Amino acid sequence: MKISIDSHDTFVYMGKADSHAEISTGKPSIVFIHGAQLDHSCWALQSRWFAHHGFNTLAPDLPGHGLSEGDPCSSVEELSSWVCRLLDALHLQEVYLVGHSMGSLIALDIALKFPARIKKLILIASAVPMPVSDALLDAAKNEQSKAISMVNNFSHSSQAQMGRNTVPGMWMLGANQRLMERQKEGVFFTDLNACNNYSLDAALLKELQVPTLIICGDEDKMISAKSSRKLADQINASQLKVIKGGGHALMSEAPDEVLALIGEFCNK
Amino acid sequence: MPFKFDTLSLHAGQTPDQDFGARALPIYLTTSFVFKDSEHAAALFNMERGGHVYSRISNPTTAVLEERVAALEGGVGALAVASGQAALHLVIATLMGAGGHIVASRSLYGGSHNLLAYTLPRFGITTTFVDPRDLNAWASAVKPETRLLFGEVLGNPGLDVLDISGVSGIAHEHHLPLLVDATFTTPYLLKPFDLGADLLFHSATKFLSGHGTVVGGIVVDSGKFDWRASAKFPGLSQEYEGFHGMNFSDESSVAAFLLRARREGLRDFGACLSPMSAFQILQGIETLGLRMTRHIENTRSVLSFLVERTGQSGEIESVTHPDLPDHPDHELAKRTMPKGCSSVFTFNLKGERKAGKAFIDALKVFSHLANVGDAKSLVIHPASTTHYRMSDEDLKLSGIHPGTIRLSIGLEDPKDLIEDLKKGLNAAAKA
Repeated sequence: MKISIDSHDTFVYMGKADSHAEISTGKPSIVFIHGAQLDHSCWALQSRWFAHHGFNTLAPDLPGHGLSEGDPCSSVEELSSWVCRLLDALHLQEVYLVGHSMGSLIALDIALKFPARIKKLILIASAVPMPVSDALLDAAKNEQSKAISMVNNFSHSSQAQMGRNTVPGMWMLGANQRLMERQKEGVFFTDLNACNNYSLDAALLKELQVPTLIICGDEDKMISAKSSRKLADQINASQLKVIKGGGHALMSEAPDEVLALIGEFCNK
Repeated sequence: MPFKFDTLSLHAGQTPDQDFGARALPIYLTTSFVFKDSEHAAALFNMERGGHVYSRISNPTTAVLEERVAALEGGVGALAVASGQAALHLVIATLMGAGGHIVASRSLYGGSHNLLAYTLPRFGITTTFVDPRDLNAWASAVKPETRLLFGEVLGNPGLDVLDISGVSGIAHEHHLPLLVDATFTTPYLLKPFDLGADLLFHSATKFLSGHGTVVGGIVVDSGKFDWRASAKFPGLSQEYEGFHGMNFSDESSVAAFLLRARREGLRDFGACLSPMSAFQILQGIETLGLRMTRHIENTRSVLSFLVERTGQSGEIESVTHPDLPDHPDHELAKRTMPKGCSSVFTFNLKGERKAGKAFIDALKVFSHLANVGDAKSLVIHPASTTHYRMSDEDLKLSGIHPGTIRLSIGLEDPKDLIEDLKKGLNAAAKA
């Protein structure tokens, strides 16, 4: 589906052919927010399932990413505000909100500012703060292909580096590399910089009442499981699930486990 | 650091079997896979989850082969099929229908040439053949209805080296993909995607399996071509009534081609690979790097010998191989294939057809047959086999001399190969 946000065409994947993709007021809605230098298709093995199991499903391409027009937003706060405008445009009052990596910061920021809009919150490969090394920021700014290779390598566990994709014939590292290469020049640095600069008052996390599920991989080299555990400890209403052998790209590395965890949490 | 070529050749796509810990890849010789429950069945059919339904569409053994070749080539994924010919057909049938047009190198394997020149026109798909070295000819042949540019990394029979960067540049200027047949080079010698190719295929029958035991093909997608932006491939970027109204480009930003090729191409045309064959090809790939190194070393030894026997006093008129400085693509080959470029090549004997026949009949180590890329050395004399109906004049027009011999150098001790070739040359000289 294409919708205009801030006068820019925005692509939202809904898991169904456009001719059948309508938002039904009688159904719960789930929104998937992708991470840095990615687009909606990173949720392929979760979003389509929800679309066919009773949920209005929305996986937008953030501004400047994938098929969405506009410039990338320079801060997590701007991105969360943009997602809220998208929800408004779609007349969605309350949603299940899922975010991965940078997307998890956006989701968390919305939950902290507008808790009434979030029925449940799912944060995948998440930590606050989410520092990005100077070397990676520099590569993203000046040598994007190098930054993409670095992140692609760090995003996959030792097992995932050997593959064994659940989707027949697909080579996970190659697909992730190409997806990142598909994004426009300048997007990566803007995204990583937004992650690096995001901070919040830890006291706010304690007060967050939105039921929260945090999912991490114990082999995540981008955001350590230790950092995700720390975040879980700070949010009283949270639970942590650690996927053994999982890295940062959990939606493709462990698609069935991630889907099962989200499905169980949302349907509880 | 990502794993290197030889490690991926052994491991990519496979982990030890979870039920019994089998280290070797199990051969899942089954047509179908039991669903966990009706919800699981529906999710698999509707592509909500990954997994296997029916072995015509996918199979766990075959999927390891696909993933491994995709890893070695640097693609996003691959699709294994019944033969190299099936691979070429699948690419074409996925990208176009009646009215479609292809621009192809005229230096092609005979089977590919037959498909493009004679068979596909019956289905409304036409091809313009061009000199692969003439970039202007590639560009001039593109029409509004063109949907694909196609060439062999090493052309047949003269081992013309395709200027992949140049031809892909022309393809991309016209918002078209470049497909290459990479059978002769394998990813060990050259990675076409690094030079700009968008799709490639192998006859896995040859060097990938490497032992002359099995027929198979595989298509690999680089994931680089933007089908939606091209606007020439509605089958990949608009809703498809034939599969749940799915828009393959919406589902996957980088693998729309593979989705449609599997979900339509394998489903409807059905040229799937047997899991037994996939296993055998994988056995070959485990030693691909080792074998290709030896193929090239042996080829260089044989080339030196043959060049010595060329000239006024020798039995050979000419040797055609890009390693040799007089080959028109010598510099391009050195630049793009620094490890070496082929163990399949031709040379021309002095004399007529009977010299070729005498040469072949005298050989004991080389096997006389119609294949290449085996661990065993192979030989064929086109004028008395594949092209025997042609007059000498017609042969020359096809770039084949009455005394042309094609060799596929295997893994034997090179001294034995040279001794065998000496017997052949002596016999040819007496014919």
